[in-house]
Amino acid sequence: MNKDAVILIAEDDPGHVELVKRNLWRSCVDNNILPFKDGQAILDFLFKRDDKTKRDEKAFYLLLLDIRMPKVDGLEVLRQIKEDEELRKIPVIILTTTDEASEVNRFYEMGCNFYMVKPADYTKFMEAVENLGTFLSLEGVRVPLVDGVGAC
Amino acid sequence: MNKEGVILIAEDDEGHFELIKRSLQRAGVCNEILRFADGQETLDFLFVKGDGPTREHDKEYLLLLDIRMPKIDGMEVLEKVKNDSELKKIPVVMLTTTDDPRTIDRCHKLGCSVYIVKPVEYQDFAEAVRKIGLLLSVVEVPSIDGMPKAKGVLQ
Repeated sequence: MNKDAVILIAEDDPGHVELVKRNLWRSCVDNNILPFKDGQAILDFLFKRDDKTKRDEKAFYLLLLDIRMPKVDGLEVLRQIKEDEELRKIPVIILTTTDEASEVNRFYEMGCNFYMVKPADYTKFMEAVENLGTFLSLEGVRVPLVDGVGAC
Repeated sequence: MNKEGVILIAEDDEGHFELIKRSLQRAGVCNEILRFADGQETLDFLFVKGDGPTREHDKEYLLLLDIRMPKIDGMEVLEKVKNDSELKKIPVVMLTTTDDPRTIDRCHKLGCSVYIVKPVEYQDFAEAVRKIGLLLSVVEVPSIDGMPKAKGVLQ
């Protein structure tokens, strides 16, 4: 993936954030990683409603998105991103504990790029993130530039 | 991706197809793999048209899509798939030699799941496909209902 792309993680469990970060690094992903503690925080960042951390118009982003989060959940975050003309280009990978087929269906219908289940087993979770990281570290993976202001 | 899921590869270059297939299998992907030599064949399969093979009910599919192909190119295939309310759920992996920011932009806007530029070197290409295989082993893929639901698609 573009070396200057930033990986955004929206995840309310700090333990999971650490684990994802560590295993992405382990698989040679050396992109910047920015965590967000709930759905509201990631939306504020993307739609530039937060004065402290704002999306950069010259940066490439990819989002790892949990579903169950306080304030605004993952489904709503995905809906708002994919309904925005510009932001919809951001690849969104759902990272969740729910593996129900109806949920998988719903999120793909809403336009998520990939849906990934967090295995309950710690070692398997690490392996899964490492596989994802190995894929993302692939040189040929291209993430688009998101410019302009979110139109919502 | 479940073992029953089918990987569709739209690729006009037979050598590239063979390389992709072999590399996926080497990465432990044992799903059924189907090849389409151009965009028309791919659309006929997905939209259940023509005399060739067509997709089945309630099955999982994932599409690896080349851009430069005869008859109908990959961009048009992507657009048609993502404009259909049922087919839009299929994850589409663009795998192409085209490394043009406008094309990358357009494909993401249309809703491709990931855009990958094919490495030129044989060995790198095989390695890239192996990593796609690793991704496929950790993601869920939705099943697609029987008939396309877009207006004007059914006769």
